[in-house]
Amino acid sequence: MTGQMILANRLTDGRVVFLAADGRWVDDIAGGAVATAPGVASQLLATARVAESRNAVIEPCLIDIRQVAGHRQPVAWREAIRATGPTVRTDLPA
Amino acid sequence: MGLVRGGSLVPDPFTDASSLGELPAGVPLIISLEQWQVRRDELLARGQPLGLRLRSDQSPTRIADDLAHFAVVALEFPKYRDGRAYTHARILKERLGYTGEIRAVGDVLQEQLHFMQRCGFNSFDVVAPDAEQAWRTVAGDHTVWYQATGDGRPRALDRRHRR
Amino acid sequence: MYRYDEFDHTLVAERIATFRRQVQRRLSGDLTEDQFKPLRLMNGLYLQLHAYMLRVNIPYGCLSARQLRQLAYIARRYDRNFGHFTTRQNIQYNWIRLDETPDVLAALAEVEMNAMQSSGNCVRNITADQYAGRARDEVEDPRPWCELIRQWSILHPEFSYLPRKFKIAVSGAPVDRAAVKFHDVGLYLRRNADGVVGFEVIAGGGQGRLPYVGHTIRDWLPKEDLLSYLEAILRIYNLGGRRDNPQKARIKVQVNALGPDEFRRLVDEEWAQIRRSALLAVPRAEIERIAAYFADPAWEVLADDPVAVTRQRGVDPGFDDWYRANVVAHRTPGYAIVNLSLKAPGIAPGDLTADQMDKVADLADRFSIGELRVSHRQNLVFPDVRQGDLPALWQELRALSLATPNIGQLTDIIACPGLDFCSLANARAIPVAQDLSRHFGDAAVLQDVGELTINISGCMNACGHHHVGNIGILGVEKNGQEFYQLTLGGSSGEDASLGDRLGRSISAADVPPAIDAIVARYRALRLADERFLDTYRRVGIEPFKEAVYGARAREVA
Ligand code: SF4
Repeated sequence: MTGQMILANRLTDGRVVFLAADGRWVDDIAGGAVATAPGVASQLLATARVAESRNAVIEPCLIDIRQVAGHRQPVAWREAIRATGPTVRTDLPA
Repeated sequence: MGLVRGGSLVPDPFTDASSLGELPAGVPLIISLEQWQVRRDELLARGQPLGLRLRSDQSPTRIADDLAHFAVVALEFPKYRDGRAYTHARILKERLGYTGEIRAVGDVLQEQLHFMQRCGFNSFDVVAPDAEQAWRTVAGDHTVWYQATGDGRPRALDRRHRR
Repeated sequence: MYRYDEFDHTLVAERIATFRRQVQRRLSGDLTEDQFKPLRLMNGLYLQLHAYMLRVNIPYGCLSARQLRQLAYIARRYDRNFGHFTTRQNIQYNWIRLDETPDVLAALAEVEMNAMQSSGNCVRNITADQYAGRARDEVEDPRPWCELIRQWSILHPEFSYLPRKFKIAVSGAPVDRAAVKFHDVGLYLRRNADGVVGFEVIAGGGQGRLPYVGHTIRDWLPKEDLLSYLEAILRIYNLGGRRDNPQKARIKVQVNALGPDEFRRLVDEEWAQIRRSALLAVPRAEIERIAAYFADPAWEVLADDPVAVTRQRGVDPGFDDWYRANVVAHRTPGYAIVNLSLKAPGIAPGDLTADQMDKVADLADRFSIGELRVSHRQNLVFPDVRQGDLPALWQELRALSLATPNIGQLTDIIACPGLDFCSLANARAIPVAQDLSRHFGDAAVLQDVGELTINISGCMNACGHHHVGNIGILGVEKNGQEFYQLTLGGSSGEDASLGDRLGRSISAADVPPAIDAIVARYRALRLADERFLDTYRRVGIEPFKEAVYGARAREVA
């Protein structure tokens, strides 16, 4: 399944977050809302822009995702790294 | 919005005509360098106080000999990031000896007021909704400076070695 | 080391108070991100891929054990237990919360550190030779002058909104360890014909998308004129630097567009106006006050090459390797400068964990009079080690994985954070460095190859100094995939040069074999103990092209 999600940085701590269906922002890509139908993506983006104007998040953007081995993964490599964290220093606690 | 001078909101007697083709009659005007160059005699004949507005790419050294005609020199910040007017203000005051009003116009934000003041600006056309409040907020931010400017405030090093 | 007095403390405290208010206004929604961004940047806070990143200044690379302990505390309390040392003598924390940033800045201020102007279009951290004050080849200690420049540059009312950032580096030695010629302004302390020490002034150097070696715009400047001359340069730049295109806004573009002679003429014209200005005069008492902080410590009277060390070198090849690669001559008999390599195999270059920081701080107290340095090659330095202590220190450093004998060698790799952290990156840099450091783990090979620098950047901004690596590696993106462009022949030293592009970019997996091929070709071509750079300069790029791309090199390049 491919689709689109909203990714942003949370204002208070800068952490990467995803927009969920109920309008909350969640840390885990698995909890975010996925737009598969046309029109839904722009609704999500509109919700995100409101959150941005209310200073909850910074620079929300619509990203393409796909399923890889049963998990959602951003198609673009840069966003994939943002979604899962650095590929280095995995020795240190989150 | 509003003009802050000496820490308070003050009325502005000048009309900024620097981008107007028709010059309003009977009021003190702020004009552009181009207007001054073309209409100098006409402007002087008005008998009204004059102000000059300079863009950030126009150095005040270009009008060094005419400064006596201007009660105000308004230096423009087209964007707050364009810091040329800080240098222009210092040259105007410290090198050309201009003692009139040096006004900051354009993208004049609260956070820049302190630096502007230190460079010789003494009036501020502040963008904030409550200009006076903006001024008050930042007025006490700094009491120590590493640099000397024409404002006469002592540097940290001057205070260190003052016995 | 310089110590803050009441004025320095007040200035920093006031700055933090202002920023605390600005953060509050941001959190409450009074400021939009657009309005807030320049304010946080002026205080060193970036928003990166995963979180906010705070860049902290280590002025001219000098750090005390006490400060390092505080950096460890910050890493533990506010971040994820590590910090990353950069090519500009900064340390970066990758996971700082916005709402805690004022507290972090306050914690830094407790130990006389700050993050002011570590970003933004202003004068950045002043950098210097990491061996300053200790090197045998030094003309004069640059640190007092660095501190003078630091103070002059901080919150400068006229120069806080320059066309672009402005980096200054100072070296007191003719051998350049600070990449002086690749700074907006670079200064070398030099003697003139009469034997008087002054500054050679270089302007317009830089890396990034448009790399340039700087031009000497003044052969010799009297020391007392330093600030007025710098002010003249900054003024000419502030007025004449381009503001229409950020890519072309650095002073290097202005200097090279005008030509160094015309730029010099403009600076001299301005300088003539302000040279005698009381506003820029620095009383001798202030220079002496600052210099006193850098007075020599009370070194013991010791002899060079104590027997214990010579004996240990003879019987312990591991110690001998380390001694030859990481220990540098000190100007005082019986002492040594020791490099701590942050480039152990498989480690992200420049990273140090909080535990390592604490232990290094303890070792600095025990072995180096409580002081250390940070180098632009992302290593640490103990400046004042008694030679007799070297075997014991080596043991301790080995236990911390900080004794890899590779300073200035193939695996002493510079790498920027790249796409693992940086929002501007095109490709990752750290994993490439990790691969290479594992690949070339053999000490015998390293030693045989000798001096050879590899520098890796994750994009054209060149924070990893790829243009000036003997081998440079630049991450590029092609169709959503990471590729790497190699350059050869760069040098950041006094014999400065920019690397030449080798050929088409290659995949990450092809990087280690390509470096293998380059190194093998060098070993085959070198004369006697010729360095890689000298061999390259003698034979040119073709043999290396062929080594990497095969006989078809010319067609595919
Ligand atoms: S070189 Fe590019 S990727 Fe590396 S730190 Fe600088 S901006 Fe980021």
